Amino acid sequence: MNINTLEEEEYTIIGLEGDVDLSCSPDARKSILDVLQANNNLLIDLGKVSYIDSSGVASLVEGYQTAKKQALKFGLVGVSDAAMSVLKLARLDKVFPIHDTVAEFEKEDA
Amino acid sequence: MSVETLFEIRFPAKAERLCLVRALVKRTAEVVGCCTDLSDKLVIAVNEACMNVIQHAYQGNELGEIVLQMLNNDGKVHFRIVDYANPIDLDSVKPRDIDDLRPGGLGTHFINEIMDECDRGHLEEGNGNYLEMTKKIS
Repeated sequence: MNINTLEEEEYTIIGLEGDVDLSCSPDARKSILDVLQANNNLLIDLGKVSYIDSSGVASLVEGYQTAKKQALKFGLVGVSDAAMSVLKLARLDKVFPIHDTVAEFEKEDA
Repeated sequence: MSVETLFEIRFPAKAERLCLVRALVKRTAEVVGCCTDLSDKLVIAVNEACMNVIQHAYQGNELGEIVLQMLNNDGKVHFRIVDYANPIDLDSVKPRDIDDLRPGGLGTHFINEIMDECDRGHLEEGNGNYLEMTKKIS
């Protein structure tokens, strides 16, 4: 798994790439919580995720809940079919804010 | 109807080995005629089951060993996952309320959603645990 972090004006964008599984989900979790602890709004780009297991999904849930507590914005961007299939199994596709692009999140905020 | 063993592997209870397990299950499911969607779902269930062994049965002890069998039985695929950890509390293995939003506890829910049948138990003389999962494929 690769983690790419991009700081934009409104959001920090974390891009996850490859398989997000038990071997690396602690790294994803740390990246997510670091952004939120720095009080930044967070978008997570799942467009290049080829697989995500329940430990990866747990990191997303923790990020979502942490953002909510801190009144920060949180969302998922460009979710790949593989990741969406798992989110649907967990019935989280209706819980997380999800858009195809960062621009759509920005439009929603405008 | 005869039961065909598609594969049997033994691997250490290490998270880094799960990608190999996923690749093997995916390819084998395709070979026996599962569509892409079903193959992907079987991968999710087996991965979660092995994760549960690594995290909860062996509790991170990478010296533990996992045995995974995949069988083809008259239009059904059957998985048997065995570990040699201390017997787990079978009553504690249950899916959480999916509407209770919190990190963790999703693995058993995934397995139950995907598979048609699941059976958990202890090996004889308390030498470990097994999980058997079956899914109709045709």
